[in-house]
Amino acid sequence: MTPVVLTIPDLAIAASLIVLDGVLSVALRLGLHRQLAVAAIRLVVQLVLVGFILRGVFAIASPLLTLGVVLVMIAIAGREVAARPEQRLARFGNYTIGASAVAFATLLTAILALTTAIRPSPWYDPRYAVPLAGIVLGSVLNGASLALDALLSGVVLQRAAIEARLALGGTIGQAMAPLVRSAIRRALLPIVNQMSAAGVVTLPGIMTGQILAGIEPMQAVKYQILLMFLLAGGSGLAAVAVTYLGARRLTDDRQRLRLDRLSEKTKGRTA
Amino acid sequence: MTARLRIANLRSRLAGPFELTVEAGECVAITGPSGSGKSLLLRMIADLDPNEGEVLLDDRDRRLIHAPEWRRQVVYSAAEPGWWGEQAMDHFPASEYTRVLALAGRLGVVPERVADNLARLSTGERQRLALVRTLLLESPVLLLDEPTGALDGQATACVETILREYLAGGTAMLVVTHSAEQAARLGNRRFQMAERRLSPA
Repeated sequence: MTPVVLTIPDLAIAASLIVLDGVLSVALRLGLHRQLAVAAIRLVVQLVLVGFILRGVFAIASPLLTLGVVLVMIAIAGREVAARPEQRLARFGNYTIGASAVAFATLLTAILALTTAIRPSPWYDPRYAVPLAGIVLGSVLNGASLALDALLSGVVLQRAAIEARLALGGTIGQAMAPLVRSAIRRALLPIVNQMSAAGVVTLPGIMTGQILAGIEPMQAVKYQILLMFLLAGGSGLAAVAVTYLGARRLTDDRQRLRLDRLSEKTKGRTA
Repeated sequence: MTARLRIANLRSRLAGPFELTVEAGECVAITGPSGSGKSLLLRMIADLDPNEGEVLLDDRDRRLIHAPEWRRQVVYSAAEPGWWGEQAMDHFPASEYTRVLALAGRLGVVPERVADNLARLSTGERQRLALVRTLLLESPVLLLDEPTGALDGQATACVETILREYLAGGTAMLVVTHSAEQAARLGNRRFQMAERRLSPA
């Protein structure tokens, strides 16, 4: 079976569906047609741009360039993780924690997959490394931002409980343990849902794309299983890293709870 | 008699400097308007907030003592106690069950209530159980922030009776209270906090 090759007219026909949405928006006065048009144009421009960049990166196939692209992707994801929570750690804590956790989880997961299961030659071949890092990043970003948000909002709400435990001679580890556990749990629930619903409730996107492109279904299924395991592992590593790094920022050498290092998003000082 | 707790030049960005010495078996009562820094002082002594200066327990420098160990010896009991579990019993060591029930009983909290869900207890019951939690540690120094703030006269009397027993046993106490009568009943010495500075009353 040969892969289906899409032509520009094929896409133009599909674009008529966007026009249909626009007509609906006007007819039903949803006020969405502008946003719809902007979003559709952004989608096309962004993806075409990425296509060109990937084509260039694949052609050059330089390990340094590949690493550079992956690092830029990690930096952007780190920024997203930092921006989610309502609470901000002082001295750009959200950014440094977000970026380090994302980098750690993504690099570890991607390198593991590239050197064992996928094994392109060389293992850092950008055709494999860049898309793989991208899909792992999506999941890692999700896990890390959920965990950081749960930790930072939870620590404010549970301040009295944590300090009560400290005041009675508990260590900061004991005092923070319930919060740390719930932050990591929160981050892992989406991937657990995704795995248990896969194939029953939803057909995962990668697998669907591969089947549409003409790959044999069992082959596509195996790929999807591998990816899901990578995503689960990546989310777990990112959640644990971001939670422990965040918890460390919230205490000091005398094991105090340092909420003075937190500020709210809206109240200036956006560190 | 050597000082049980000695505080010298204790200060932070928010309050101080404070100088204070408390002997074993002595109760120092602190009164003053809300927001004057009473809780800040207690929290600084317990090392829950960043602070500078010297605090000595039986002539041992706080800086040489592991922070959790220090807070177990110099226990701070907040005016609004925090709880990390759902049941009152989650907050006591299982091995201490009989002592918990005995102490709670003397404070007027019956065993069925001790076994209950915290959300179903009254503010006063929770405050008394928080005190039980603190007293169980048998610490040499207690820093009590409005220990009877949510209690009626009878329950307050029960609490004061037990605190007097601990004082007689050599425990040193700093008690923050809004009641001048309580300060007079319990305090061997009384201080007034105003604008984050302490002065004898």
